[in-house]
Amino acid sequence: MAKLNLVQAINTAFMQEMEKNDKIVVMGEDVGVDGGVFRVTEGLLAKFGPNRVFDTPLAESGILGTAIGMAVYGLRPIVEFQFEGFSFPAYDGVLNHLARIRNRSRGRYTCPVMIRSPYGGGVRALEHHSEAPETLYSHIPGLVVVIPSTPYDAKGLIASLMDGSDPSYFFEPKRLYRAFKQEVPEERYTVPIGKARMVREGKDVSIITYGAMVRVCEEAADSLMQKGINCEIIDLRTISPMDTDAIITTVKKTGRCVIVHEAPRSFGTAAEIIARINEKALMDLKAPVKRVTGYDVTTPLPKLEDFFFPDAGRVMKAVEETMSF
Amino acid sequence: MPIQQIFEGKINNMQIIDKDGNVDELLDPKLPKDLLLKMYIYMVLTRTFDQKCMNLQRQGRVLTYAPSLGQEAAQIGSVATLEDKDWIFPSYREHATYLWRGIEMSQLMTYWIGSELGMKIPEGKNNFLVSIPIASQALHAVGAAWAAKLRGDKVVTIGYFGDGATSEGEFHEAMNFAGVYQAPCVLFCQNNQWAISTARKKQTATTSIAQKALAYGVKGIQVDGNDVLAVYKATKEAVDNARNGGGPTLIEAVTFRRGPHTTADDPTKYRKEDEVKYWEERDPIRRFTVYLKKANYLNDELEKKILDRSVEEVEKAILEAEATKMDNPEDMFNYAFGTMPVYLQEQKNELMEYLRSKKV
Ligand SMILES: Cc1ncc(C[n+]2csc(CCOP(=O)(O)OP(=O)(O)O)c2C)c(N)n1
Ligand SMILES: [Mg+2]
Repeated sequence: MAKLNLVQAINTAFMQEMEKNDKIVVMGEDVGVDGGVFRVTEGLLAKFGPNRVFDTPLAESGILGTAIGMAVYGLRPIVEFQFEGFSFPAYDGVLNHLARIRNRSRGRYTCPVMIRSPYGGGVRALEHHSEAPETLYSHIPGLVVVIPSTPYDAKGLIASLMDGSDPSYFFEPKRLYRAFKQEVPEERYTVPIGKARMVREGKDVSIITYGAMVRVCEEAADSLMQKGINCEIIDLRTISPMDTDAIITTVKKTGRCVIVHEAPRSFGTAAEIIARINEKALMDLKAPVKRVTGYDVTTPLPKLEDFFFPDAGRVMKAVEETMSF
Repeated sequence: MPIQQIFEGKINNMQIIDKDGNVDELLDPKLPKDLLLKMYIYMVLTRTFDQKCMNLQRQGRVLTYAPSLGQEAAQIGSVATLEDKDWIFPSYREHATYLWRGIEMSQLMTYWIGSELGMKIPEGKNNFLVSIPIASQALHAVGAAWAAKLRGDKVVTIGYFGDGATSEGEFHEAMNFAGVYQAPCVLFCQNNQWAISTARKKQTATTSIAQKALAYGVKGIQVDGNDVLAVYKATKEAVDNARNGGGPTLIEAVTFRRGPHTTADDPTKYRKEDEVKYWEERDPIRRFTVYLKKANYLNDELEKKILDRSVEEVEKAILEAEATKMDNPEDMFNYAFGTMPVYLQEQKNELMEYLRSKKV
């Protein structure tokens, strides 16, 4: 088994999937010759040629719209938007078409386009390059929204998406791209869509999170352990459809819950999780559920970004408040 | 006659100073010496600023930076045609236009150091903000021009964008609105041959970008974008025409991005050294220097003095920028709404309390 970082794991997954299925095509800005600005699609053009990998004109709505047509015709486009913040020219296509084709045709047509973008903050970039817009996408019925936190999961989740028939948005936490390596099997394997991962078991409090925040929560949990607080950490992996079971099970077990994401707070993923807890486990709670999130403001430029994104200290504070409620 | 030709279009290309500095006497706009020297000074200043920012980025003192090396004539030649009351709508690469329009260099650096304060445009300066989502600002420029027309103001706007931007829907919508409402604006495309790693040939099947104007009922012209006089002359005509009710123009300035797309980019992955060399031989500053020297407006001594002053000014600006007190954490909350909602005030308090607790 090779040790791969997130970029390498995703790249390997694409190599493998494209080899297996000649209907898969990759399209986007600078994904070919350049291999993508983060090199995620490096080598795909050389290996699969210009009829499988396209450096498209600079037009997100054009890329997505033509990908829909391709998918309806029978291909499986993997579409890159260069940064999450530049996905919005195509938002109309995602919301009004991509996610509705199955329903609009009563199942006659499917539209298995996989959209992918670097996602989230922490790399000291210019405006629009540090956003966490998952809520804007997970609010769309029919669209699968995935945010992996490890190289292993990334590869397996991509395989599952390629086996499935739903359109999806795959957000790649850019601060994890080269943050660490992990053993990733060479052979093909799948990680199920819609299933959370138990990051570590604990008995005192449940931390529910995803993406780059998983590592922040692990750091917080390590420090809290030394203070005698034993945290359970759940990585959602798929934001939509959400693994309600995993959420309810852990909350019933610990009775305490802190939810952590880097996206702004209001109307966010945490709000949805709390609603599900209210519906199914309210009486099991020993303390109100806390949220540690980005604030309800525009993602700041780098001079202030460290104040915006949750860090281990903020997670610890929320956990301690929950414990002493 | 069952078949009749209903449309015929043609697009001109204009060059006034060739790559070696020879001038076309008939086309030379014969600008006054003061203006010519001012343009020269700002071109040199921009290039010095650019080199400094590239160096500072390597030292980690500037963030990602988008260099304008090689595009000084396109930027200065166009912005120099405007009056103070006119508006500019830049993308992220138009450093020269901000400097020309009176943004302090230290403030501009503040933006590239990573602070929102860099875009707090001083009162009375009609400069719109850096716009990173490609082609978005073209529509804003058209809208502002349309508004000026509705208000009866003789104000013109320029929207700047690149060759890649002409693929976005927003470019086409901007062109169409400009045509339909005869907005007094100039849509100024710096065709620098590359959109990151994507060559101009891959963006569009047309021979030129300028010819796209014809389909929208907008005037169009292509100019040598490394020839500051050609850029000036074409833009001045377009601006005057717009101001006098003649409607919009699309200008394609053919130039070249000699540096990387940004400091995060490695152009050796996708383009050849030959191409860069070809364009170095068409350097906009060198040929303008030859022109000015022939006209006896510039000599070696003044040339050196201008360069030395630029270096001094840039050094001073970076020190000032680095000494500037950057935003406080509270500032990220303060501009969300006109009136801060209670829950946002609570979030702000929560952060400030957390920061205090970290200090003890
Ligand atoms: C809507 C949008 N999509 C993608 C990007 C990422 N991006 C930044 S610059 C760039 C290329 C722009 O090329 P061009 O319009 O020719 O301008 P240039 O950078 O050459 O000045 C791309 C794809 C973006 N900023 N906005
Ligand atoms: Mg370009």
